[in-house]
Parts: sequence; C-alpha cells; structure tokens
Amino acid sequence: MPNYSARIIITLKNGVLDPQGKASAGALSGLGFEGVESVRQGKVMDVELSTSDEATARADLSAMCEKLLANTVIEDFEITALTERQMA
Amino acid sequence: MAVSVIQFPGSNRDQDMLDAMAHTTGKAPHDVWHADTALPADTQAIVLPGGFSYGDYLRCGAIAARAPIMAEVIKAAERGMPVLGVCNGFQILIEAGLLPGALMRNASLRFVCKSVDLKVECTRSTFLSGFAKDDVWSCPVAHGDGNYVCTPDMLKSLQDDDCIAVTYANNSNPNGSVADIAGITNKAGNVLGMMPHPENIALPHQPSQTGAKLFEGLLNLAA
Repeated sequence: MPNYSARIIITLKNGVLDPQGKASAGALSGLGFEGVESVRQGKVMDVELSTSDEATARADLSAMCEKLLANTVIEDFEITALTERQMA
Repeated sequence: MAVSVIQFPGSNRDQDMLDAMAHTTGKAPHDVWHADTALPADTQAIVLPGGFSYGDYLRCGAIAARAPIMAEVIKAAERGMPVLGVCNGFQILIEAGLLPGALMRNASLRFVCKSVDLKVECTRSTFLSGFAKDDVWSCPVAHGDGNYVCTPDMLKSLQDDDCIAVTYANNSNPNGSVADIAGITNKAGNVLGMMPHPENIALPHQPSQTGAKLFEGLLNLAA
C-alpha cells in the first residue's frame, strides 16, 4: 500500500480566548517588539500512514481530527502537505 | 448499591474518592481499571476521579475518554445510570461527548488550589439530590484547566434545559469559565461533571463534610 505523510494544523477558532497566546503576546511586547497585536497558539502534527490512495488518506486524516486530534468545539483543523512518500 | 470508580493512568484523586464514598455510603466501592472492558455487574453509579490521566497529553482527558472502559461508561450513561466526573473526570466526560463544551487553560494561566464558594443551580443529578437550589457552600478546587467554554448556542441550550448544575458564587470564579460555570449536567440530568472536589470535604478529618451530601444522594438508589 502507498505510504503518505501529512501535516495537520490545529488552531483555535476565532472568538475562543487563548490565554497562552495572550501571555506570549504580552511577553513579546515586554521584549520591545512593538506593534504585536495578537498571538494565537495552535498545534502541528505530522502523521504518516499507509492506505490505498490519497482520497482515503485524506478522509482518514479528517476522521482522526474529528474523533481525537482536534476538539471541534474550540478548534479548527487543516490537513496540509498530503504527499505520497517514496519508500527506499 | 455499588459505585464504580474508574482509575486511569495518571488519576491521583481516585483513593480520595473511594474513601469518601466508602465512608458516606457505608459500602466499599469498586476500583475499576481503565483497560477493563466491562463494569462490575452490580454497578449502579460511576465516578471518574480527578488527576492528570495520560499526563494531560493532547488535551486534558482526551486520551482517557477513548480508554476501553469508556465505551461501557458511555453505554451506562445513555441507559440513565448516574455518572459523576470531578476535575479531570469532568474533562474526560466532555472529551467523551457525554457533556458539551470544552475545558481550557485557566484564564489566569495559573494552577489554582483553594476553596471557592459554589452555588447549586439545579438538583436534577442524583449526586446533587441532597442539596436545595441556591444552596451556597465552600468547596476546594485544584486545577490548571477548568475554564469552561462553549458556543453561545450551547450556553443557551444549557440554560434552557436547566443543565447548569453548580456555579462559582460571590465572585469566586477561579478560572474565567463562561457564566461562572463550575459544573454541568447532560440534558437527562444523570451525568454531572464539575471542577471542584467534593471528595475533599466529606470525611470527619476534613474541614467540612458538605461534599458527603453528593455521595449520600446515591443511598436513594435501589438496593
């Protein structure tokens, strides 16, 4: 079966307060970076999987996000850089 | 009447919970391991204790909510069995989809460990049947991720369906949670999740015994 890799980017939905991002923004201002209006903190996950084809890989990754990797009440997810890996 | 307390890797309030329930109900509860695939047959109520299951990896409670025993907990909850989740247990109930919303990092970014005032908003849960609406009592909290958030639609449903069980009273909200929410029930009322720790105010040597009332509510369950 082909082997795929993908990058999943999980971000907080607009309007969800992000105290950690806010603290980082405050620290950046403290370091003298003027003009920082906001920082939003998220997660990046690199997943490798073997499956029949790219469409199945995308559907599987989406289901993984819905069921576990993201909490869709507060988070959005995006599947990026889905590519077939050439095995040596 | 038997209560099953679920123990996950990283639970650390399970023994407090077992002690509090044994003392108040007069019967030793079951200590059930997360990898078990069945609940003890005489289980009539389930409690998910506090702690840091799976090291809070991914999101608090996220991995525990997918542990083998949780399939049985979800089935029992859907049949109407009383289920209580305290602190990490509340986070697990949310991640398992038994309660709506999310619990995020405290707005202060600080771990809070102190007593706060709680107000009972609804007594539909078996665990709150010993209280009256508007009762105010002091209860300890100890958490870093107790900031309850939900969409405006979810909040309206919680209010309309009388699902807000306990709130932080007297300006004691320690985490920034929306509408001062400290605990909520599901629509049916049998599942209750709350951040504060009633098991720490239940035994004679503890500062008060108000929390014992949550477990005495179980005595009314059929033998």
